[in-house]
Amino acid sequence: MQADVKLDTLGYFCPMPIILTSKKIKELTLGQVLEVVSDDEGIKKDMPAWCETTGHQMVGMEEEQASSGRIYKAFVKKTK
Amino acid sequence: MNMTQIEPSATLAQLQESKPEKVTIVLLSGDLDRAMAAFIIATGAAAMGMQVTVFFTFWGLNTIRKKGAASSAKDWLRRMFGMLNKGGADNLPLSRFHFGGLGTSMMKLVMKQNRMPGVPELMETALDLGVRFIACTTTMGLMGITKDTLIDGIDQFAGVTTYLAEAKQGSVNLFI
Repeated sequence: MQADVKLDTLGYFCPMPIILTSKKIKELTLGQVLEVVSDDEGIKKDMPAWCETTGHQMVGMEEEQASSGRIYKAFVKKTK
Repeated sequence: MNMTQIEPSATLAQLQESKPEKVTIVLLSGDLDRAMAAFIIATGAAAMGMQVTVFFTFWGLNTIRKKGAASSAKDWLRRMFGMLNKGGADNLPLSRFHFGGLGTSMMKLVMKQNRMPGVPELMETALDLGVRFIACTTTMGLMGITKDTLIDGIDQFAGVTTYLAEAKQGSVNLFI
């Protein structure tokens, strides 16, 4: 999946990935997609919940195996 | 008669705009673990666009005290209490396994190794995200804690009615 802006939150636990996302999304323009990279499994549930509450659109979630462990990529479209 | 068509999605958005969801947290405890839980919830809620108020009372006040600030209470008993009851967000003990500071230091080390923000960092993030801090004046008086010994950024110095006025509009009210 293609994103306009990438946010690296590797190594951060909850709630930091969400807090960093909420700050970063303000820098995007409407319709742009933010990719949030995290190694905290909680993001799989937390990011959709965050999107539902804030009104942004969850457009995808990817998971891959890296040497250091599993990595999650959440794609969020700025809709407001 | 002139009837205006109401767009349902627009009214819902307007409604949410005019009445954002509120979270209130009472932090009574001055333990590191409990304060962390409180600030993780507070920052998480603020990041979700909710309005958050944290009401600090009793030992919870220790989290918003400046480190090493001497009490300037008038009578010696309260001044003494203020001295014995050490404050500062960086200075909180764990509720369990404190072991005279050893356990807490180990926990802080593990947190640092895992890039987990500590209470001071979480507090700063909370203020940054617009979380409002209210300090309970009753317990401040009781415990010899004066305004000048608290950190900057306290929104209000108030009592139970202020908290209740906030809490009754809240959808999430926590007592920690």
